[in-house]
Amino acid sequence: MLTCKEFLGWLNDCLDNTADAETKAQVEKHVSNCPNCWVVYDTTKKTIDVYKGDAYRSEPQPVPESLKAKLLEAIQRRCGAKGSKGNSEA
Amino acid sequence: MATASLHLDPAQETQLVQQAKAGDLDAFTQLVNRYDGKILRLAKHITQNQEDAEDVLQEAFLKAFTHLDRFEGGSRFYTWLVRIAVNESLMKLRKRRTGKEVSLDAPVDMGDGGDAQSLVREIAVWDDTPEKRYSHEEMRGILDQAIESLEPIYRTVFVLRDVEELSTEETAEALDLTVPAVKSRLLRARLQLREKLTKSFRRTGDNAFAYL
Repeated sequence: MLTCKEFLGWLNDCLDNTADAETKAQVEKHVSNCPNCWVVYDTTKKTIDVYKGDAYRSEPQPVPESLKAKLLEAIQRRCGAKGSKGNSEA
Repeated sequence: MATASLHLDPAQETQLVQQAKAGDLDAFTQLVNRYDGKILRLAKHITQNQEDAEDVLQEAFLKAFTHLDRFEGGSRFYTWLVRIAVNESLMKLRKRRTGKEVSLDAPVDMGDGGDAQSLVREIAVWDDTPEKRYSHEEMRGILDQAIESLEPIYRTVFVLRDVEELSTEETAEALDLTVPAVKSRLLRARLQLREKLTKSFRRTGDNAFAYL
């Protein structure tokens, strides 16, 4: 059976579903016999889920119009510089 | 403002990049329109500061535009842009915390679980419905605080992998780290967050040890 240390080494792969079937089976066997590691597995999974579930974190943040205008203006200026100076940095 | 899917389809993205490389400013503006909100969010996550995030947005797109000819197209433009934005964000953090090292290369264990074991202290099951215990705002506050308390190297890896949902390979490329280095940082980030959230979400009362 896996040790608790080995279990932690495989935790990410199991949570990300990138572990092979044999590893997965060994991890499942370990957590069904080790209550502490079961808790670690369960609560780490919930940690990821709770962040993924809060969609605002991955949604684009509205860019203030003034900031956007400033950015596009700067790019336009840089475009002029690029055109006249090749690829040198302005 | 773009409301369609968060990413351009790769063929469309490649075409816009090619047009922009050939000097088509409108094509580059379309790339800005598509990704500026995502880059602003990402920079805010890493710098934890709105003003810094706005500076990062500006500097990242300007750098991308200036060095567009260096983008070889072996990866997605967005991953390349993320790489620039992450570097700019870390530079901001360095400036703000003068004297304090902010690096993605700080040595950590290589993910064999050994060193990570020291990060597991709280063993407690969570409440099944923490949302009944906390309001939406309180929940968000708890999650924000936990993520803010992570060191930049861990926060950045966690945000790219578990919030932005970049693959491990894309994250490695964006951060110029190896895949094993991303994995070990991600493990430590997840375990540290788990530890912090357990303090708020642990089950209380008679059922707290029901798993034993």
